Amino acid sequence: MIFGIPPQALFGQLLIGLINGSFYAMLSLGLSVIFGLLNIINFTHGAQYMMGAFVAYFLLQYAGVGYWWALLLAPVVVGAVGVVLERFLLKRLYALDHLYGLLLTFGLGLIIQGLFRNNFGSSGLPYAIPAELTGGRNLGFMVLPNYRAWVIVFSLGVCLATWFVIERTKLGSYLRAATENPALVQAFGINVPRMITLTYGFGVALAALAGVLAAPIYQVNPLMGADLIIVVFAVVVIGGMGSIMGSIVTGFGLGLVEGLTKVFYPEASNTVIFVIMALVLLVKPAGLFGRAQ
Amino acid sequence: MDARSSTAAAAGLRHQAVVFALMVAAFAVGPFVVYPVFLMKALCFALFACAFNLLIGYAGLLSFGHAAYLGSAGYVTAHAAKVWGWPPELAILLGVATAALLGLAIGALAIRRQGIYFAMITLALAQMLFFFCLQAPFTHGEDGIQAVPRGTLFGLLDLRDTLVMYYVVLAVFLAGFLLIYRTIHSPFGQVLKAVRENEPRALSLGYQADRYKLIAFVLSAALSGLAGGTKALVFQLASLTDVHWTMSGEVVLMTLLGGLGTVFGPVVGAVIVIGLETYLAQLGAWVTVVQGIIFVLCVLAFRRGVVGELARVIRKPL
Repeated sequence: MIFGIPPQALFGQLLIGLINGSFYAMLSLGLSVIFGLLNIINFTHGAQYMMGAFVAYFLLQYAGVGYWWALLLAPVVVGAVGVVLERFLLKRLYALDHLYGLLLTFGLGLIIQGLFRNNFGSSGLPYAIPAELTGGRNLGFMVLPNYRAWVIVFSLGVCLATWFVIERTKLGSYLRAATENPALVQAFGINVPRMITLTYGFGVALAALAGVLAAPIYQVNPLMGADLIIVVFAVVVIGGMGSIMGSIVTGFGLGLVEGLTKVFYPEASNTVIFVIMALVLLVKPAGLFGRAQ
Repeated sequence: MDARSSTAAAAGLRHQAVVFALMVAAFAVGPFVVYPVFLMKALCFALFACAFNLLIGYAGLLSFGHAAYLGSAGYVTAHAAKVWGWPPELAILLGVATAALLGLAIGALAIRRQGIYFAMITLALAQMLFFFCLQAPFTHGEDGIQAVPRGTLFGLLDLRDTLVMYYVVLAVFLAGFLLIYRTIHSPFGQVLKAVRENEPRALSLGYQADRYKLIAFVLSAALSGLAGGTKALVFQLASLTDVHWTMSGEVVLMTLLGGLGTVFGPVVGAVIVIGLETYLAQLGAWVTVVQGIIFVLCVLAFRRGVVGELARVIRKPL
């Protein structure tokens, strides 16, 4: 017993916390990359996460394409849809107040979620864990399902790779420069509009990738991203959107906190992240890793 | 203000008085033409949207969590009327007070950030209230508080009569509408607009921008609560729908469609959106799709909204 809690329950909830944390991290990472360059909060993010899961489901159902290919194809497909949205819709709003971007992407999210709900109802569709990752291993203090371990390791890998590309490569330095001053970067002969489009596509692809990872854990459901995105907004406010590593740390950390709350005070597990957000706003309004404006 | 602009302003106001009289007349004869319950719903949402518009249209603050005030006031009013047996006027008053306090707490946190963050914070805090309402015992979870008695207003007016209820709702709406109108045309409203246009300059002129924003936020929350409490009595129901984020989205849609920052826009937007929902109700999730499409069209091509476009055509503020 640890603090009067059986260890299985404690570690079980911590594991769920880490899983949720990996989704928070990937989604908030995508949001902050998009926000950095486009100055738009992508309210469609939750719908795009859901689309990722659905594309994986379609691939398996109608084309017999399995999980591993879906992990590659779903982000590409959904990212491509994102590119189209950016080219034809979002692009028209850059000169306007940023709030219009929020309203437009909110509307897009409603459309996408409504269409999926018309066709697939509100109940979840099952998606099986790939054969290679079924089962689990006994760690002595708990049984660790292989798939869940994979989700944590893989999403951590994706997050760190994203951090590496943005903070340590030449491409990333262009991106950071364009975030600071797009006009100057354009003057150096870099095609900033294309970079903006691809950045949006990349952020959306990250959401879709999280959706594929989530498909075997939660069911594939048209509304799976609707409430999640609000929690991710709170994560973003807590972390502050200035820093890539900040998004990753905040995402995983808040997942763990949520898991612990489920063990010690389950009634508050739904609200703990929002309470933390309120506290952070009182103490450090710019967010834990954010820069003051 | 020189003579010419003051006469222009007076002409603008006279003009709005005419439109106001037309609106009152339309709502007064409304229940003899249209189903009164539909109109009462539209009036409650019109007040809700006007309260929301006070923030977005005049203070430039996009709250994405206004359902919190509508819904919490609805629950408190319903609980006071049903469980404690309070008369309707006191039940609604308690609902308004609850919404105002909630607005004070959320507003004080949210105004610490601007723009997009403000929207995300209000949304997140409203979602927190949603989970609270989902779990708290007095809200009865998915069932909501049902069969709320309408009671007798001031011990005189029996609200069980639909027409009596209707005219009470109309009176509540008009009182809220006129309060908002008075607010935006007062010196307070002018300062609010100044803060919206250029906060650093307003600050440098000695106005405490945060205090103005907070007062506007609390006022908007209280009036949303007035709409919510009244709505709970009309439908004799307080449910989770009214605290869900979709409701927060709906009031944004009404205001955007009617015209952000116009006096009459939110009313028109509310009537259109409620009308659409009523007539499209049998289409299920298509309502969401239609709402989404209206959002996208408004943002891309119709940012002034219905009333904003009308005002542009006749070149007078509406």
